[in-house]
Amino acid sequence: MKNGALITTSGLVKQYPVGRGHFTALRDIDLIIERGEFTGLVGPSGSGKTTLLNIIGALDFPTSGSAVVLGTDTTKLTHKTAARLRTEHIGFIFQTYNLLPVYTVFENVELPLLLLGMDQGRRKQAVMDSLEWVGLTDKAKSRPAQLSGGESQRVAVARAMVKRPGLVLADEPTANLDVENSHNILKMMVKLNKELETTFLFATHDQKVIDYVRRKITLIDGKVAEDIQTTPKSQ
Amino acid sequence: MLIIKLAFRNLIGAGLRTWLNVFVLSIAFLMIIFVQGLIKGMGEYAVEISVDYNYGGGQYRHEVYDPYDPLTLEESHAPLSKTLSGLIERGEATPILITSGAAFPEGRMQSALLKGIDPDQEILKIPSSFLGTDTTDAIPALIGSRMAKQTKLGIGDYVTVRWRDVNGMFDADDVQIVQIMRNAAPSVDQGQIWIPLERLREMLQAPGEATFVVLEKNFAEAPPGDTTWIHNSPDLLLASVTELIKAKAGTSNILYGLLLFMGLLAIFDTQVLSIWRRRKEIGTLMALGMQRARVIWLFTFEGALHGFLALVVGAIYGIPIMAWVMKHGIPLPSAVEDSGFAIPQALYPSYGVRLLVGTTLLVLVSVTIVSFLPASKIAKLKPTDALRGKQS
Ligand SMILES: Nc1ncnc2c1ncn2[C@@H]1O[C@H](COP(=O)(O)OP(=O)(O)OP(=O)(O)O)[C@@H](O)[C@H]1O
Ligand SMILES: [Mg+2]
Repeated sequence: MKNGALITTSGLVKQYPVGRGHFTALRDIDLIIERGEFTGLVGPSGSGKTTLLNIIGALDFPTSGSAVVLGTDTTKLTHKTAARLRTEHIGFIFQTYNLLPVYTVFENVELPLLLLGMDQGRRKQAVMDSLEWVGLTDKAKSRPAQLSGGESQRVAVARAMVKRPGLVLADEPTANLDVENSHNILKMMVKLNKELETTFLFATHDQKVIDYVRRKITLIDGKVAEDIQTTPKSQ
Repeated sequence: MLIIKLAFRNLIGAGLRTWLNVFVLSIAFLMIIFVQGLIKGMGEYAVEISVDYNYGGGQYRHEVYDPYDPLTLEESHAPLSKTLSGLIERGEATPILITSGAAFPEGRMQSALLKGIDPDQEILKIPSSFLGTDTTDAIPALIGSRMAKQTKLGIGDYVTVRWRDVNGMFDADDVQIVQIMRNAAPSVDQGQIWIPLERLREMLQAPGEATFVVLEKNFAEAPPGDTTWIHNSPDLLLASVTELIKAKAGTSNILYGLLLFMGLLAIFDTQVLSIWRRRKEIGTLMALGMQRARVIWLFTFEGALHGFLALVVGAIYGIPIMAWVMKHGIPLPSAVEDSGFAIPQALYPSYGVRLLVGTTLLVLVSVTIVSFLPASKIAKLKPTDALRGKQS
């Protein structure tokens, strides 16, 4: 399963200015995540999971140390090159789905491809493929307001997957979903992870998610407290 | 291309909200044009009736005559020069004689200018022909509607007028109002009584004399005046009118600015609101890989599209309205007649190309700027903060 490092962080520190001083959200994170992993970042609230995910996704920058993602040192990125890295290689899934309310399901899923500048024919095919993975081809013309939470998150998965990124970052993807929908989403992601070899990195404290991951990295107070391979209980 | 596509998607997707904004902006846009057109129309009307009723193609004024100083009137008439007589004989000019006097409607004294005009003249729009009808034993007289209102005189009413004769002695006689002029320029209406020229000449024992001579409108080459008869070109005569218009235009520009400001405030408000409300959406766009500059462009363009749509929508319902108003005018209640500014019974706005194009450009440019301002604030927002919907 060793395909080479997809993400390497070394000596990663993130501090937030608070009042006169600062608050250290991440301390000395050294991690290597391989291509094709299905890994969960777990830990109590405030332990730095989202912060780490954002830095890996080049949405935020570390205070010191480095994060190399898909061969790119994110500390050396400008806003523009960071945006390009995300466009080309990274898919995001959010706790609150973050679908664009005025767009249809189809248009939401299409957006990453528009940003990639893909031509219309290929775009249409890719969107329909992606909607098929998540079983929502019949909702292509619906608007987000007309969808259930589970359907919304499936659209978000389709949007993250449509460009077949090397890496998908999912921050609490199941937090707003019921048990059944959580399992559906997770099964879908396991399938995509296997079929497309997409690397998944979760930030979560949902036991259901933890049951699916193959590697569990526990953060406590901004430090890696535990990093273990697990045998998924559900698959 | 992508930006245009997405901006359209956002606008269409926002549905009713978009159309409400567009509608508000289109109203502001039309109001600006409408009010400006009205003021322009009023200005043009003021010039037009001043020319038609008073200035014609210019005047030859007696050297002493000063329309703002009634005390000059006693000395400001003289026999006509050969040149002027020639013009009058050929029907290219008409003489006016003026004296100051008083009228006594209902026994109250009211100072009034007595003006003599040739009943057969066709140089000015003053309906002097009514003065030629021989239906009254008194002196036939013509007054404007403002004067009629001031003195409460109506058609058929008799009123005593008093004036000073050549020896400076008071003399009096009755006049009968044979007609009331509506829509006359204030400068030939307020405080004035028009009577036949020859009657006034007799009253003043000033045969063949005049205070000024009006040339016919658009008279090509006005002969020069002389030492007694000073030539006043239409432009010179209109200077006070155009100054009044300019003053009105100044006020109207304030109004214009205010209207535009209101329209822009609506857009600015929408933009600011939508950017605050859509912060998470912006964060999502950034997470999906949209560059900041593109996000700014997207929102600026969205705002500009509002402006563009407002122009289109405004044109759709505004053009028929304006066409109707240009044809039928806006009826005005007679109450506004006392404003001192020439106001017709119906006001016809005037929409110039400059006004239309200028307002269109102004709306487009300012909507774009107003949309850019809040959009550029996003550039300072960190994607992580935007995603959390948090204030930066
Ligand atoms: N922009 C910020 N400014 C200041 N402090 C911040 C900021 N973002 C996060 N923090 C702090 O950093 C710490 C880690 O936050 P983070 O969001 O990464 O935690 P988390 O593990 O994702 O928590 P949760 O499970 O509740 O989502 C928290 O204590 C938080 O208050
Ligand atoms: Mg978090």
